[in-house]
Amino acid sequence: MNAPSRTPASSKLISGATGDWELVIGLEIHAQVTSEAKLFSGSSTAFGAPPNSHVSLVDAAMPGMLPVLNHECVRQAIRTGLGVKARINLQSTFDRKNYFYPDLPQGYQISQYKSPIVGEGEVAVDLPGGETVMVGIERIHLEQDAGKSIHDQDPSSSFVDLNRSGVALMEIVSKPDMRSSEEAKAYVTKLRTILRYIGTCDGDMEKGNLRADVNVSVRRPGEPFGTRCEIKNVNSIRFIGQAIETEARRQIGILEDGGSIDQETRLFDPVRGETRAMRSKEEAHDYRYFPDPDLLPLVVEQAEVDELAAALPELPDAKKARFVSDYGVTPYDAMVLTLERESAAFFEEVAAGRDAKLAANWVINELFGRLNKEGQSITESPVTAKQLGGLLDLISENVISGKIAKDLFEILWSEGGDPRELVESRGLRQVTDTGAIEKVVDEVIAANPDKVEQARAKPTLIGWFVGQVMKASGGKANPQAVNDILKSKLGI
Amino acid sequence: MTDLLDLTFAEARAALIRKDFSAVELTRAYLTAMEQARTLNAYVLETPEVAVARAEESDQRLAKGEAGALEGMPLGVKDLFCTEGVRTTACSRILDGFVPPYESHVTERMRKAGAVMLGKLNNDEFAMGSSNETSCFGAPINPWRRKGSDAQLVAGGSSGGSAAAVAGRICLGATATDTGGSIRQPAAFTGTVGVKPTYGRCSRWGIVAFASSLDQAGPIARDVRDAAIMLGAMAGFDPRDSTSVDREVPDYEAAVGRSVKGLRIGIPREYRVDGMPAEIEALWTRGAEQLKAAGAEIVEISLPHTKYALPAYYIVAPAEASSNLARYDGVRYGLRVPGRDVTEMYENTRAQGFGAEVRRRVMIGAYVLSAGYYDAYYVRAQKVRTLIKRDFETVFADGVDAILTPATPSAAFGVGEMSNASPVEMYLNDVFTVTVNMAGLPGISVPAGLSAEGLPLALQLIGRPFDEETLFATGAVIEDAAGRFSAERWW
Repeated sequence: MNAPSRTPASSKLISGATGDWELVIGLEIHAQVTSEAKLFSGSSTAFGAPPNSHVSLVDAAMPGMLPVLNHECVRQAIRTGLGVKARINLQSTFDRKNYFYPDLPQGYQISQYKSPIVGEGEVAVDLPGGETVMVGIERIHLEQDAGKSIHDQDPSSSFVDLNRSGVALMEIVSKPDMRSSEEAKAYVTKLRTILRYIGTCDGDMEKGNLRADVNVSVRRPGEPFGTRCEIKNVNSIRFIGQAIETEARRQIGILEDGGSIDQETRLFDPVRGETRAMRSKEEAHDYRYFPDPDLLPLVVEQAEVDELAAALPELPDAKKARFVSDYGVTPYDAMVLTLERESAAFFEEVAAGRDAKLAANWVINELFGRLNKEGQSITESPVTAKQLGGLLDLISENVISGKIAKDLFEILWSEGGDPRELVESRGLRQVTDTGAIEKVVDEVIAANPDKVEQARAKPTLIGWFVGQVMKASGGKANPQAVNDILKSKLGI
Repeated sequence: MTDLLDLTFAEARAALIRKDFSAVELTRAYLTAMEQARTLNAYVLETPEVAVARAEESDQRLAKGEAGALEGMPLGVKDLFCTEGVRTTACSRILDGFVPPYESHVTERMRKAGAVMLGKLNNDEFAMGSSNETSCFGAPINPWRRKGSDAQLVAGGSSGGSAAAVAGRICLGATATDTGGSIRQPAAFTGTVGVKPTYGRCSRWGIVAFASSLDQAGPIARDVRDAAIMLGAMAGFDPRDSTSVDREVPDYEAAVGRSVKGLRIGIPREYRVDGMPAEIEALWTRGAEQLKAAGAEIVEISLPHTKYALPAYYIVAPAEASSNLARYDGVRYGLRVPGRDVTEMYENTRAQGFGAEVRRRVMIGAYVLSAGYYDAYYVRAQKVRTLIKRDFETVFADGVDAILTPATPSAAFGVGEMSNASPVEMYLNDVFTVTVNMAGLPGISVPAGLSAEGLPLALQLIGRPFDEETLFATGAVIEDAAGRFSAERWW
């Protein structure tokens, strides 16, 4: 288990004062299961309700209350397992993890410690440079979320909100397969994409519906794993990257000073840019795990797994591969387009029967660029796929130039409307009539005799003339026609 | 009115239908008897208003000819069963003043069948004990006394209040629970009939948990027929308990009086423990002869892992209890003893809220589950449990229909008599009964005779899973052969 699983890549090493270090990262992602009801009670899981309004007798751990498994949560975990190509365990068990905390009413969390519902799987992680890294999944298990303690309402006591208590979580445990903060961030991004594709977790990190415990250690390349520290509850992808960098530097500093790393649980403080010890291995809780006697072993039929597999939507990797082969887009563009299921669907609608590369270009650069700038998601896009497709048709038909198309996109974004009608009503149609263009070219040449001389000596100056002609035509002249006419008139 | 109290439920049921007396009259007779019997300390809460109101409803249904299976039955409820709007404490300080807003599945079913709740009955704190002396309300007193002695005897435990109340004729029947013998042992000590059904037969929903994999609700009644009638109303599937079994409830009463001819009754040699009193030995032999006389075949059998049952039980039960009792933390309900911070509040609440025996078992449970000891204790105990279960499966597969054993190693002992004994000596009370819980089987304790000192002694019959009917049939044979005993009223 401690064998180095990947060959160290020099580009990913961190150079310290005494040589290079390799980072080893493993993640435990806690993903809130998308379900109407909690894992073991019928209470609602809706977010944002008044405190303690979604609490059943079971959630409050009243005497004599018993958990009853919500099978839909099981199905969601199986879907997730299938989404990361993992083995589904047809028999699994629920255990009790015992500890005292005011927002844990039972005094134990029901979790799957010994035999989880999902076993080993893997996730292909795409890195910005085009490299793909395989990150192993160790296991996925179902467990209950705790409630929330609120400490800032009263000087002498804390309040407890049990709305979250008992909500189903999937703990997705990776193998220690990541070697840089970039890889870790890309892994979380990819996992989130998969979860959102199959609809098992909304991936909303702001609401805490996806959060990570980050295990970090460092070692000299080729050596066995170093001692790891676990950074608890990091709640954004950016912070995951920062926490890893910060923790790696701390560990390297200690080791280079001749010290050793204590295995401990730490917290990341993004404001101070440091990780702090929470508790050491000696202080670690003894959770006294044992099988929950209130619940029978969870048995799932292979037929149900097969049924869920058959109903699974196309996964990001398959979609990406199809985009590359069917649309001829680059692997990187395909990755960007398939990041969200809705974006991919948008692209496919735009690309249908059109130049797919042009479509990819417009969807990624113009549309995604603009959406990112405005902080909007694809589902909130003011420009529809039909509108963008219409715009591309106008480019392909040489009705408008690329430059005009950008103006048209602006109009569609802010005012809406039908692209073809807008081109007519706003007079945006490009001028391809050579006579009209020649007239403008002649005027520009006549007005700039000195430039003409210079251009004949240095032909690249033709660009200046093109600009002048385009300006004079209000941008509507066909750039290729302008270029051709200028060349012949200037004799270059 | 004394006559009314002497009727079994089956007799009272017929009289209620004949309108010889009303449900209210029957209930009032019991309420009066309860007042006169407070020295027995069987009830920890009397609910006369609830009782009369429900008896009036029963009379209305009786008038319309719509009597349920337990119509008008004055019932005592062990304080481990949550009762809606009625204080439920498990006889622990930690649940001081707790009034559940819900009704346990079993008592709900009984209520729907027409039962009339008289009040809540004493039990060992969280059902942990064999003499009911761990109750925060003090021990109930056994209505039975040794010949020529007025020394107070325990009613057994943990369902001591249920057993004392049935034996003392201050309820017609009582609910009880059995984790290691808590129905059968007090029934044996008080000359009443106690049934621990198959695990999963009755829903545990709404019953304060002691050890989830062992706990089962069952009746304590005047005789076998009443026990059968009661169990019929208590049993049934409940989707709110994942360990509840969806299986039809047979007509248990019809099994009472059924012939036992041709049944094979096993006598396990391992139950012949060292130091067993001669009169228990004789009782056991006599019981076998009675069944043989009724046409059953008696065979000697072996249950080789019996001797490991008690030690394994005292690992599994405390382990589950230590976790089940974690919810009593002073945060949401029951007792809260303040502290400087939340940890100290937990410590103060749990130290003052739990009695010594509960604290002991929580500590044992936490110990056997802790890192480094889990495999040596908990895992091994579970393996032993599997072997015990297999012992039974083997003899049942060999054609044995029921197993006859003594119910307890002795008759009832005196209040306080065991106070200097080690906890392990007290635990030995369960030696004949824990195996049944460990294997999830049904068991019945039936009065089979009196000791030389004039105290009731009982035999236990153990059946195949979900074959309570055979227990009622064989139990009725013992009951008929042994005759009926009742305590002289001294209170």
